[in-house]
Amino acid sequence: MSTAVERFDDKARETFDRIGHTEVHVGELLRHRVYTRFLHWMVALFFFLALFSGFGIYLPWLFRWFTPIFGGGPLARAMHPWFGLGFVIFFGLQTLNWIKPMTWTQADSRWMRNIKQTVGGKEKMDPPDTGFFNGGQKLQFWEIVAGSILYLITGIILWIGADTFGRWTVAVSYVLHDLSALVMLGGIFIHIYLSTIGEPGTFHAMTRGTVSEAWAWTFHPAWYKEITGRNPEQACEEARRRGEFSK
Amino acid sequence: MSDRKTLQIKQISGHSGNAPGYGVQRDAEVCKLVDTTICIGCKACEVACVEWNDMPFATTMFDNTYQTMPETRWNFWNLIKFNEHPREDGTVQWLMRKDQCMHCADPGCLRACPADGAIVQYANGIVDFQQENCIGCEFCVSGCPFDIPKFNPATKKVYKCTLCSDRVGQGLEPACIKACPTGCLKFGTKDDMKYVAEERAKQLRENFGFEKAGVYDPQSIGGTHVVYVLHDASDPERYGGLPANPVIPWSYTIWKWLFKPVLGTFALFGLVGVLFHYVTVGPRRAQPEPPLKEEGDVHRG
Repeated sequence: MSTAVERFDDKARETFDRIGHTEVHVGELLRHRVYTRFLHWMVALFFFLALFSGFGIYLPWLFRWFTPIFGGGPLARAMHPWFGLGFVIFFGLQTLNWIKPMTWTQADSRWMRNIKQTVGGKEKMDPPDTGFFNGGQKLQFWEIVAGSILYLITGIILWIGADTFGRWTVAVSYVLHDLSALVMLGGIFIHIYLSTIGEPGTFHAMTRGTVSEAWAWTFHPAWYKEITGRNPEQACEEARRRGEFSK
Repeated sequence: MSDRKTLQIKQISGHSGNAPGYGVQRDAEVCKLVDTTICIGCKACEVACVEWNDMPFATTMFDNTYQTMPETRWNFWNLIKFNEHPREDGTVQWLMRKDQCMHCADPGCLRACPADGAIVQYANGIVDFQQENCIGCEFCVSGCPFDIPKFNPATKKVYKCTLCSDRVGQGLEPACIKACPTGCLKFGTKDDMKYVAEERAKQLRENFGFEKAGVYDPQSIGGTHVVYVLHDASDPERYGGLPANPVIPWSYTIWKWLFKPVLGTFALFGLVGVLFHYVTVGPRRAQPEPPLKEEGDVHRG
């Protein structure tokens, strides 16, 4: 990426590290800095605001009980584009922040080929070449990037309306906007599951910014190796011999 | 005509299931006939519409024609469109058409509307907006082939001609019909109006030299409950942009019948999938995990 983006990201990360801080205890590793966590939760906030206000527009006969939260159907409709704009802006910043660790590599292609083993729980540890993010995380990230671009284009068309863009453009945008929303809706269940009960210990990375070393060598061995310089398999084996078990 | 009978609902926007009571009684379809060949452009219908529907004053806009404003507004549902059509011999034919909601048999606004009960179609053919259920998404605007629904930013709701459903429900004719001084506007059952319109078109063809005279009742949307007699039915566009072949965007059909039910369910598979994953495969824990209990103890846990 261009250096201007890097300078911007570095400055933002430093500024946010001054505002908040991340305590790394013994046996923990720093995973997400304050800036990353802030962006993640802003994205999450606007995502759910847009999702719940959007439900009321998508299927009022099923989801009309969401709209009173926003002051009724018309107000939910009026606020939905602003929520969407917030989502796109913060996710855009997160994209700049994460563009390097999210770059697709050979290891990710191998991870995706191995997905049946991982999802099926056949292998206790992720493949040894799994870095800071694995193939699945990157796939979801780039899906959201593509989906957000689609959201933004179709959303602006729907927002400004048929008088400017013509009724056919609006009618087609409507379907594409919903398609993007449904793909993301399916994805959010998987995202929440894996970051909470699906892989215990992950949630702490987005709240206080750290993970246990055991979590790191289990799910992201190559990242563990990169920052500690130690062999993840060996570290895990040593812990087992010492009788240390993760909670 | 009993008043209750005429307000039996036939279709409801964004609604699951059928309209209650539909088909119990037989209803006559109503129709407004607009004979453009005898309209004198007096705009009495415009005034009658504004008065009966008790709408606030709408500022007029001059655009080098006799038209009150370029197009209908949320508080101005009935507009005479004035068009000067150059004939081949160099003279000008002055076309006046009363523009309002066409009350389509297959309404694009109702197809596009996601809000439960915001748009209803009565069994007598009137398509009516129920503003208390409208969420102001404006999708009806893009669903309509005639550019009729108009958004009011102050109330965040969409409005259009009701075919005076309140009057028709009480056995009265719409306000515009009552005001028309030339008999250009007529109101009755669809069958009767269609018959009168066809007879008039035949008269125009045979006695007045309008060889292409005909009736505008577009079948691409299942016909309308407002029909026009035109001097030249082969080119309705010249009457202030009356579409020759009005259609509902196909995307609304796909969206309503495929996307909403099928893909909505598909998205829920994400939720169902992760729940099943948790109870069957189970979570993946950071290693090393505590060792499992001995074989014999497992069944007790």
